[in-house]
Amino acid sequence: MSLFETTALAVGGVTDGPVAEAAKTRTNIMDATQAAENAVLRPLQAGGIPHDLRAALAARIAAAGGMPDLAARYAEGAGDMAALADGASNGMNEGLGHIVAFTDKVANQTRDIAAEDIAGLQSAGVSDADIVRLCELTAFVAYQLRVVAGLKLMGATA
Amino acid sequence: MSRIVHKFTRTVPTWQPRVTPVDLASATPEQLEALQVTPSNTKVSAYVLTLAHDVESLKVRSPLFNAIMYDEGGMSRSERELGAIGASMVNRCIYCAAVHADRHAKLEKSTEVTDELFTKGLNADLSPRNRAIFDFARKLSEAPVGATEEDMQALRDAGLTDEEILDLILSTSLFGWANRLMHVLGDPVREEVST
Repeated sequence: MSLFETTALAVGGVTDGPVAEAAKTRTNIMDATQAAENAVLRPLQAGGIPHDLRAALAARIAAAGGMPDLAARYAEGAGDMAALADGASNGMNEGLGHIVAFTDKVANQTRDIAAEDIAGLQSAGVSDADIVRLCELTAFVAYQLRVVAGLKLMGATA
Repeated sequence: MSRIVHKFTRTVPTWQPRVTPVDLASATPEQLEALQVTPSNTKVSAYVLTLAHDVESLKVRSPLFNAIMYDEGGMSRSERELGAIGASMVNRCIYCAAVHADRHAKLEKSTEVTDELFTKGLNADLSPRNRAIFDFARKLSEAPVGATEEDMQALRDAGLTDEEILDLILSTSLFGWANRLMHVLGDPVREEVST
């Protein structure tokens, strides 16, 4: 994948001009950002959080964050979990209400997260490793949404 | 006994995980490799041992973190720290805010900026350049689309180059990530001194 094909630059609309020149000085960071996307969305060892669920949750976070283009790109891998990408779904039909509620809170009300939120997942039978995997997924998406939003603002004012 | 720290401080607390970290003695070869454990280096923090549960993410995140915060060129290190502090204040990640306020103060050889931020918050008295940087970091942290073209223009008016603005976007966004690990997976605690 070339630099300008990475998700951040492609969805950020960076093709040429001063923003592209700035991005070229940080090629290693853009490449590592793509590697991180692959690690959270399509890991070799997905644990209890399969790829389609990861894609759906990422799309859900992007949609709630006001980034529909990024949501559409993430949702491509959502498969049978695609319904969860819609914020109107609460995950109950899939038996994933606790996962969806936790992801929404980490993504959108980060400051309000408390020990009880983690304890709640543990009580629901989610392993500690899967809790960490969910946090890495949600945290990475929060990062990538902001990188893309920032690049768009740079392009709009260049 | 330890108590949870709820107020912003530059005195770095201890990070206490809410999940059980990976046990080094039973770690997989892949985890040991990602943790960079060698016979001469067996010290690994509880935080990194916690993240070792997701070894593929850990392996790519550490070099990315270091590149965004420390690579040559672009924005100064202390201004990247200001982006990190802005994000950490929005997300109320007491631990991250402490570590990066402490770094900012050491880089600047002054506690003035972080004293202002921690005592006055939004109303901190900052230089025009720091004000533009902090406001952009705060708004981008509050929501992905929280910062506006006016905020971006304020950065340009304050004299930031495209390279500096990109570094600010990256360091602020990076803490959108780091805060969602540190603040979610653990508590910042201080040992009580028994009397």
